[in-house]
Amino acid sequence: MSSATIDQKPVVPEEIKSFTVTLIIRRFNPEVDDEPHWQDFDVQMYPTDRVLDALHKIKWEQDGSLTFRRSCAHGVCGSDAMRINGRNRLACKTLMKDLDITKPIYVEAIKGLPLEKDLIVDMEPFFDSFKAVQPFLMNSVTPAKGKERIQTVAQRARFDDTTKCILCAACTSSCPVFWTDGQYFGPAAIVNAHRFIFDSRDENAAVRLDILNDKEGVWRCRTTFNCTEACPRGIQVTQAISEVKQAIMRGKA
Amino acid sequence: MTTTIEAPRSPYSRSTKKSGVNWEKWGWIYMRVSGVVLVVLIFGHLFVNLMIGEGVSALNFAFVAGKLTNPFWMVWDVIMLWLALIHGGNGMRTLVNDYATTRTSRGILKVAILVSVVSLIVLGTLVVFTFDPCPAGAPADLVASFCTSL
Repeated sequence: MSSATIDQKPVVPEEIKSFTVTLIIRRFNPEVDDEPHWQDFDVQMYPTDRVLDALHKIKWEQDGSLTFRRSCAHGVCGSDAMRINGRNRLACKTLMKDLDITKPIYVEAIKGLPLEKDLIVDMEPFFDSFKAVQPFLMNSVTPAKGKERIQTVAQRARFDDTTKCILCAACTSSCPVFWTDGQYFGPAAIVNAHRFIFDSRDENAAVRLDILNDKEGVWRCRTTFNCTEACPRGIQVTQAISEVKQAIMRGKA
Repeated sequence: MTTTIEAPRSPYSRSTKKSGVNWEKWGWIYMRVSGVVLVVLIFGHLFVNLMIGEGVSALNFAFVAGKLTNPFWMVWDVIMLWLALIHGGNGMRTLVNDYATTRTSRGILKVAILVSVVSLIVLGTLVVFTFDPCPAGAPADLVASFCTSL
């Protein structure tokens, strides 16, 4: 054997430093509290950890009563939308290194929907708006046996952006018009209407345009772009709403 | 065998009665159109009043009186008055819709906006069309130059 191996030092990976992060979480227990209150927790985190990991650490090691929703934990299910440092984000897609950890991180439930407990809100009003735009394919023609409904690449690309929605409610609960009385359909419902209005295989664009031509429909949009900024999937939400407005004015998709 | 289910979910309606005119849509279109026209009218107004000729120092009673005897400026000012007040009033109405929480406060604020917009439009239009540029007994150095030739 050659002696070369003796000279080689074992490769020790550089130690990744962890640091202490303070999270200030808006807690609310409907059985005990009259009002929500802020509570702070210190956790040891790595730069590559996510806010969701911090919440897990708190729940598993410090306070098991902390309540929040999460399912896939990888930015697909849309369960863990919350307000992190005043902005609507998915806790599972927000890394510690992207936040200013010299200051505490404020975490609270999304706004505009009834608060149920800690970081959990009642999503039913949100889903009611979603259902109201009839978000399903409507087509009276049955394709020939064994055939599909054919669509060109360009026709598919027309509504590609709005197919990405995961219904996390980050956009709708960032909209100041939705905060006021909750009557507005909200960006997410309009995005999902857009997905079918501009689908060449769908026949009922006129019905959805009529629904969104309502007093509480697209005309309440003030183009503040909060929704586009909040969307964890990068959907151009405000643009989609404007396209629906244009379609209503022209009377067709 | 496949079965077709008719209307799987019943359509959901927020407003029970549908009136013929969609005011919300026309209000939105009005804001866009009047906004574009107002940019031209207001900047034209500011340019003529403040920049050309002697600039801001030319502004006095005689200057305004002179403009308000010219039919071109009368039409310009009246269009600007109507468009701007309705634009502003409609903007305030949407703010009230967004932020007033109860039906009563909403109604009171909207009526107040309507009354002030209507009275300002009526007053302003009256001033433009009934303005006397040469009030009797006014000193000659304060009124427009054409008053002496009358």
